[in-house]
Amino acid sequence: MIHLRNIHKTYHNGADLHVLKGIDLDIEPGEFVAIMGASGSGKSTLLNILGILDNYDEGEYILDNTLIKNLSENKAAHYRNHMIGFVFQSFNLISFKDAQENVALPLFYQGVGRKKRNELALQQLEKVGLTNWAHHYPNEMSGGQKQRVAIARALITHPRIILADEPTGALDSKTTIEVMELLKELNRQGMTIVMVTHEKDVAHQAGRIVHIVDGQIDYIEDLRTTKP
Amino acid sequence: MRIDIDQWGEIMDSLSRNKTRTFLTAFGIFWGVFMLMLLMGGGGALEQALEKTFAGFASNSGFIFSGETSEPYAGFQTGRSWHMDEADIERIKHQINEVEIVTPVTFGPRTNATYEDKKAERAAIKSFHEDYNKIDPISIKEGRLLNAADNNQRRKVCIIGSRIQNRLFPDSISPIGKYIQMDGVQYQIVGVNGQGYGTISIGSNPPNTVYIPYTTLAQIYNTQISLIAYTVKPGYAVSDVQDKVEELLKRNHHISPKDTQAVQKINTEAIFNVVDSLFKGISILVWMIGLGTLIAGAIGVSNIMMVTVKERTSEIGIRRAIGATPKDILVQTMSESLVLTLIAGISGICFAVFILAILETNSDESFSGANFQVPFWTAVGTTLLLSLLGILAGAAPTLRAMSIKPVDAMREE
Repeated sequence: MIHLRNIHKTYHNGADLHVLKGIDLDIEPGEFVAIMGASGSGKSTLLNILGILDNYDEGEYILDNTLIKNLSENKAAHYRNHMIGFVFQSFNLISFKDAQENVALPLFYQGVGRKKRNELALQQLEKVGLTNWAHHYPNEMSGGQKQRVAIARALITHPRIILADEPTGALDSKTTIEVMELLKELNRQGMTIVMVTHEKDVAHQAGRIVHIVDGQIDYIEDLRTTKP
Repeated sequence: MRIDIDQWGEIMDSLSRNKTRTFLTAFGIFWGVFMLMLLMGGGGALEQALEKTFAGFASNSGFIFSGETSEPYAGFQTGRSWHMDEADIERIKHQINEVEIVTPVTFGPRTNATYEDKKAERAAIKSFHEDYNKIDPISIKEGRLLNAADNNQRRKVCIIGSRIQNRLFPDSISPIGKYIQMDGVQYQIVGVNGQGYGTISIGSNPPNTVYIPYTTLAQIYNTQISLIAYTVKPGYAVSDVQDKVEELLKRNHHISPKDTQAVQKINTEAIFNVVDSLFKGISILVWMIGLGTLIAGAIGVSNIMMVTVKERTSEIGIRRAIGATPKDILVQTMSESLVLTLIAGISGICFAVFILAILETNSDESFSGANFQVPFWTAVGTTLLLSLLGILAGAAPTLRAMSIKPVDAMREE
């Protein structure tokens, strides 16, 4: 599903900052992979590259048999919209839209009609157990609910992968469990998930943990063998 | 481009999110357009009212009348009165080629006009030949003009002004065919002059004037020519011709060439030019004020949109992350600017039209018939101009919004 070869990334803000120094990583369909690392290790940059939010300088990134390299803004937007579902630490819901509208927004950019969009959005909200909250605004919901809305939004386009950036970073322990159960359930249904986190407990619920140190993969923990 | 109901929803959502700010921003545009339209409409009405005042008055005309001499000359003392005569008319006609029409006007003494027991005090009596109507025309609202036959036969007929009509015939019966009396002479009324107060006319106020044939006045009152009116042929300036006329008159009446008071002149061409440039000036001023206010408004829109885009960096980033293309963002930001500008501007046009309509219905007599409204195509043109302003105002904020990268937005927490 994801195929990374020798990915390099340097930021040029005054002094050059070589963030990723040759990442090689393969992720199979249906995997749940956590990426761990200290802040500044390059894990967020890696996730941005995986999410086609950022370019890389060197190497090769193939997502579901599509080479992602030097894309135009339009092409990148198209791939993000169709292939990737994002879940962010701070939820990133649009505050003046209710849950249903937030979930439906990716379909708006696909040109899906409003009726169809709202119908699909309601289905997704049902899957995350928020049918009754469809017309509530983000500021009327708890952190866990907001993150579930965000997950519903990520799922509505039927993406190839879900990219989660610290999905539990802003949640308390109870809602963390809720959200992680939801992600694991999605994974069991066959969704490929890549998640950045620095919480050990959270990371250990994934199938594999990729440890990044100083822009390079330090080692990969495979938990699937130990946890049948 | 997806301009459907959702697009409108998006635009309205973001415009209505900060209502006070949107309103204040829109007000800048609204006020600019309102001022521009109001000034244009009012300026147009003023111009029309003045045009009506000058209606029909020949703009290439001059008038000459006699004063007292102020210099001793050829054995005559200073302070002598002199009079123009019919010979002067013939001389001007034959010796000055640039002159087109030359015709005398005579005023009788102020007198009371009576009909049965009713009286109009101190009416002016004015008489002239028909060709004077090409220079300073009266406007018949009932009856007919005086003609050559009236003149040749010295008929005792007259045209009365509207005040005299009101005084003598208050019961709204037609005065045509009735006889009025002035200084013991009966005149049959053949016409009524419709010119109101404030209409430009030489010598007397049209509503308070009785017009009688030239020869009739000469016979009854035995007065001198009061003034000579003339027009110049196309291509000549009144100011040049009037000097020649003055010189000719001075030569024939033994007046010093240096005398500045003996020959009095009115140059309507110069007056019309002054009025013309006055209106040009007003119209330039109107455009400067209106456009200035409008541009200030547009800069306001641009400024606020800039702030809005900055505020919404994160939101735009989210949209970009979930699949909005730069074009989607362009359409969104541009249409916000355009919608704001157009709604505010069109409200401005409508409000100005409304106020102008009120002004038109409530304006006094001197403005009657003047059209206060802005022309339809001016309004259409202004709307197009507004669209252009909207696009220009939206340009900088849109470029800024489009330069937002989804990854930048994520950091903007």
